[in-house]
Amino acid sequence: MGLDIRWPIGLMFTLIGVLLTGYGVFKAADSVSLGLNINMIWGIVLLVFGSLMLLGAIRGKNEKS
Amino acid sequence: MEPIKLLTIDYTILIAYVAFVIGIGWALSRYMKTSADFLTSARSIPTWVTGLAFISANLGALELVGMAASGAKYGISTAHFYWLGAIPAMIFLAVFMMPFYYGSKARSVPEYLKMRFDERVRALNSVAFAVMTIFASGISMNALAKLLNQLLGWNYDLALWICSGVVLMYVLKGGLTSAIYTEVLQFFMIVLGFAPVVYLGLKDVGGWGAMNHSLQGVAVEEAASKGTEYAANAWTSAWQPLLAGPAHNPMGVDLFAMVFGLGFVLSFGYWCTNFLVVQRAMAAKNMAAARNTPLVAAVPKMFFPFLVIVPGMIAVALTAMPSKDYRIPPPVISQENYSRAIVEVKSANPADLVAGVEAVESALGEKVDAKKLASLIADNAKGGLTDTQIKTGIYNSIAAYDYDGVILSLVKKYCPPGLLGLALTALLASFMSGMAGNVTAFNTVFTYDLYQAYFVKNQTDKHYFWAGKVVTVAGIILSIAAAYFASMYNNAMDIIQLVFGFVNAPLFATFLLGMFWKRTTGTGAFLGLFLGICGSALFHALTIATGNLPGVKGGYLGVLHVFPSEMAQNFWLASFAFIVCFAATVAISFATKSQKTDEDLTGLVYSLTPKIKPGDVPFYLQPGVVGVVLLIACLIMNFLFW
Repeated sequence: MGLDIRWPIGLMFTLIGVLLTGYGVFKAADSVSLGLNINMIWGIVLLVFGSLMLLGAIRGKNEKS
Repeated sequence: MEPIKLLTIDYTILIAYVAFVIGIGWALSRYMKTSADFLTSARSIPTWVTGLAFISANLGALELVGMAASGAKYGISTAHFYWLGAIPAMIFLAVFMMPFYYGSKARSVPEYLKMRFDERVRALNSVAFAVMTIFASGISMNALAKLLNQLLGWNYDLALWICSGVVLMYVLKGGLTSAIYTEVLQFFMIVLGFAPVVYLGLKDVGGWGAMNHSLQGVAVEEAASKGTEYAANAWTSAWQPLLAGPAHNPMGVDLFAMVFGLGFVLSFGYWCTNFLVVQRAMAAKNMAAARNTPLVAAVPKMFFPFLVIVPGMIAVALTAMPSKDYRIPPPVISQENYSRAIVEVKSANPADLVAGVEAVESALGEKVDAKKLASLIADNAKGGLTDTQIKTGIYNSIAAYDYDGVILSLVKKYCPPGLLGLALTALLASFMSGMAGNVTAFNTVFTYDLYQAYFVKNQTDKHYFWAGKVVTVAGIILSIAAAYFASMYNNAMDIIQLVFGFVNAPLFATFLLGMFWKRTTGTGAFLGLFLGICGSALFHALTIATGNLPGVKGGYLGVLHVFPSEMAQNFWLASFAFIVCFAATVAISFATKSQKTDEDLTGLVYSLTPKIKPGDVPFYLQPGVVGVVLLIACLIMNFLFW
């Protein structure tokens, strides 16, 4: 099918990653679980995952054209 | 469970996910031109996508909730549903069966049955499958709406219709491809949404070793207090308690039932013949991709126990550690009953604790741990606790466990706002994609195997394309009806699921003989399947599990044998049905003449199909070789958790 699924996956997790990281930074007091700022940590993980997916999608597009 | 309060950040994540799945549907809609595009993805999807959708279609929310519950009830033995009850069957599908499904150009599993046997077998299979998918999707949607109602305080009807509406929007636009794409999205949501919960849980409990230590204590304590014969490793070893016999493992299952019943009959019957999962592999872009689909799926599947079963084990370990202030949630009890119980605690006479405990129990409608409640009454008499303190005390002393609440109670315990939204969205996602998966399997089977085969033949493709869309809408509406039915008649639902258990149990015998023995005749297959179904119903009517009363749970025609657990009864039932179907099919096939020539059966039966040439695929990427490597990896997993 014409749509490369890495686009929606990449965009969505990048967006959620930014949201979570932002929340972890600006609402640090509300983001702690067992002494970890888990929103910030996991937000960054999602951000990295999302970016890698986007990178794959961009490379896939370049290969096609 | 107590309601959860979601904040703006949580709703933002939820809305973002819904927007993306609807967006995927819209983006795909311009590629939907024929009925094949809509119903079968026109065989165009890359392997890693179909592979992840393949396991994701099975990883419904009920599975997620149920596996954590089983992890708490049975411990690491639950992993048998993965390492024994899934991986070998998935490899078998890839190496041996996919060439016939994909190579025959059948558009569905029932259509393969028609090509291999005749219309009767197809009709039996497709009708049963169509009804089953509708009920499965209804059960899942009912659970979702109930959860949203209890947990977030949403209106049941509104939750049901909105969630179904979202599914309808993207499935109607993008068809099977939409469903597969959102399943992949859901796969990542589940993994990335629940991994932090598992991590935090393990950290809290003190690591893997501390968790096992606590679980061993629980097993020893159970053996001492309830007179069970569990050894210390009942929750922490997968095979040793099983080898020791049904009395020594919490599942109450013997080795034969586990290996033959679950590992062979039920597992191969599900993974190799259920169109819901097989359809994902059939949507792959070529034969190699189709065969690799279950192999790609097997890799994450092997590690899923750590994501879905370990939370249940963590919950049991935490409950046994008083300092952690956690318990496996009790059954949901109304606020009213709590208030009445609080009054009883306050008015109880500390000199007559027995009467006090009884009064509280009757106010709650639940059994309580007498020791814990007695000390609560004594504390209150001494100090005069607040209502909230008393309520917490009552909550903690309720004896019964609501195992299905385990996963959510951990999410609630460890997730701050933000992460909470992510985990709940993951759960919601798997409910909705469960419905989408069932509806997309339903519309294909209904359109091609019932509508086109029996009602309106020889129409243009455009006609069937539109029929597929109408069937999709009908499927969603029927699912909603099934959800209401499930919410109203719990018992009727149990009976329906039971009947499907009967229908599915013997199915793999039919496929096995059909694919690997060319002498199998259509009459043999049809009657064999029919007798297998009767066999499982009869088996159920004559056996029962310890502790159950004759009725829906079996034994209504008399009790010839009592099994130590319901699970053992199920596994033996499947084994029996398989053997009946296998023997009957062989015997009837010998007695009847095949209507099919060898030519008809080329591409449908193993011995008459030319072997697939490896082409320019390097040997280490051939399905057979990859399959063996995966099997070895799976053996190692079993060995590690011996």
